[in-house]
Amino acid sequence: MAEPTSQPAEPADDAKTPVSALARTIETHIQGLKRLPSPPHELAYEVEAASLLTVCRALRDEPDLRFEMLMDVAGVDFLHYGLDEWQTSGATRSGFSRGREAFAPPDPDMPGRLAVVYQLLSISHNARLRLRVRCPDSREPTVDSLTGVWAGADWFEREAFDLFGILFRGHPDLRRILTDYGFIGHPFRKDFPLIGNVETRYDPEKKRVVYQPVSIVPRVLAPKVIRHDNRYEPALKTPELPR
Amino acid sequence: MASNPDSPVAEIRNYTMNFGPQHPAAHGVLRLVLEMDGEVIQKADPHIGLLHRATEKLAESKPFNQSIGYMDRLDYVSMMCNEHAYVLAIERLVGVAPPQRAQYIRVMFDEITRILNHLMWLGAHALDIGAMTVFLLCFKEREELMDVYEAVSGTRMHATYYRPGGVYRDLPDSMPRYQPSKWRSRKDVDRLNETRSGSMLDFIEAFAERFPTSIADYETLLTDNRIWKQRTVNIGVVSPERAMQLGFSGPMLRGSGIVWDLRKKEPYEVYDRLDFDIPVGTNGDCYDRYLVRIEELRQSTRIIRQCVQWLRANPGPVMVDDRKVRAPRREEMKGDMESLIHHFKFFTEGYEVPEGETYAAVEAPKGEFGIYLVSDGANKPYRLKCRAPGFAHLAALEEMIRGHMLADVVAVIGTQDIVFGEVDR
Repeated sequence: MAEPTSQPAEPADDAKTPVSALARTIETHIQGLKRLPSPPHELAYEVEAASLLTVCRALRDEPDLRFEMLMDVAGVDFLHYGLDEWQTSGATRSGFSRGREAFAPPDPDMPGRLAVVYQLLSISHNARLRLRVRCPDSREPTVDSLTGVWAGADWFEREAFDLFGILFRGHPDLRRILTDYGFIGHPFRKDFPLIGNVETRYDPEKKRVVYQPVSIVPRVLAPKVIRHDNRYEPALKTPELPR
Repeated sequence: MASNPDSPVAEIRNYTMNFGPQHPAAHGVLRLVLEMDGEVIQKADPHIGLLHRATEKLAESKPFNQSIGYMDRLDYVSMMCNEHAYVLAIERLVGVAPPQRAQYIRVMFDEITRILNHLMWLGAHALDIGAMTVFLLCFKEREELMDVYEAVSGTRMHATYYRPGGVYRDLPDSMPRYQPSKWRSRKDVDRLNETRSGSMLDFIEAFAERFPTSIADYETLLTDNRIWKQRTVNIGVVSPERAMQLGFSGPMLRGSGIVWDLRKKEPYEVYDRLDFDIPVGTNGDCYDRYLVRIEELRQSTRIIRQCVQWLRANPGPVMVDDRKVRAPRREEMKGDMESLIHHFKFFTEGYEVPEGETYAAVEAPKGEFGIYLVSDGANKPYRLKCRAPGFAHLAALEEMIRGHMLADVVAVIGTQDIVFGEVDR
């Protein structure tokens, strides 16, 4: 999986900012974290799924860190990351591509497909931190539940399970939360169609609402385009970003 | 309840009760499955998702600017604050900063939105607990602010006013006025139009001058009201430690006594130049949260007054002059081929946001509204996650109402300020 490269991991003036001080504190207390590129004033780490619970307990309890709050849990599906539908560089004999070109569907079992992203907040030190965990197995994506560390993780994890099918080991009540009763599939995965698989209609014979396969055809209104913009070359990037 | 003739007291059975999804006090489409022992709640299981529209997935299928309007529809009583978080996230990835005037306009509208939201909350909360008058008084003031929304953006609610790099347009020079009709005499119309004769800033200033008296009216009706206190004091108590564990934010966190407000702690836009205070509760019950929100109304009015003053003295651009995020003007388009092409591409393909990820949070009226945005360098978001404050609050509903009476469920739903647009997304 391609890592974001356009953002410098260490901006030039990083040494003096509170973010770098926090990064140093975290790295002295917790080993085995991999820093992820992020905009200045933000700090992000990749955590191994096996060490998630110990890392999170340390982040919460260490007096220098004290991340008391888990603000958000987001599932991410990297299946279509970096794939575009419009050829924008390198003209062929017939010119640049003119319409949407669907890419070949990638392998749904590719490693590192699903990830869980946690946003932590420390009220004592006024600091934020983002953690990302890649699910080791894409067929049965499982990570440890953080409900024992932060009680607020409960519904956020249920949501990630519902929408992405990520299983949280040790969650007390892992049920669907946002989708309909009896829903099939995990709708926020990239290979789940935007229009869904079923639609409802009133059946006058059965005198109730019934499900049937969708009758509308999916279509793309604005194709996904990736252009390589020189302005975002790391060498040209100014460290000043709005805060 | 079954009565047994041999038993001296009536036998009480446990009941499972369904509350909602079409209950006026459920604030939308909340379905609660309550397990009751008599009238005491033993267990509550909120069923949400009845308003799930997959906003985040829809946003993945559209160029960045086309999803701003969806943000309004998340928390549909604090519209511009949601836009603000989304626009901030894009600005951080693209690396543009709005001009100062746009920042002041955003702050002013954030606070107008906060008043709109708190008025809606106060009216609905009071109505749920049995005070009808407050609802009518709140809606009277809301109407004025809705007019401000309409004058600046064209719609009363779903404004789509903030854009990456600034705001859509500068504040108008005049306010729309009432016209005399069969139902409204010339005299009434003149009275209504009294504050509408000047610019929009005059109108907002007049509102900010007058509004503290209205807040005093609400307080006269409620703050020392015996019934109000009986219904809210010591109901739904959350300790500060528990509030942090549960991921509370905004007035729910401050009501429990934690001094935390993103406007002070992580100042975005121009909040660090404005003078305002953060009210904090002590007991963490419904009454304290009520007091916190009432005081926030006053502080918002204070911020609005400072913004009006600054905006009046400092005219200037409201949109960054960066052609990446700003479409060419109409007149340029008419005479210039490149501008025409640019305009077409801007509104069909949109702009590409550099690869990366960010989390932008604003202090929305209900708490921390955050946008986690992942871009893979395309013209659409790769992944958009809205961190809705109400979602975390509603998750704690069971804990807050266990052991309380059925009637208190309504008080707790009211104090959480739940809006299903953002909970279900």
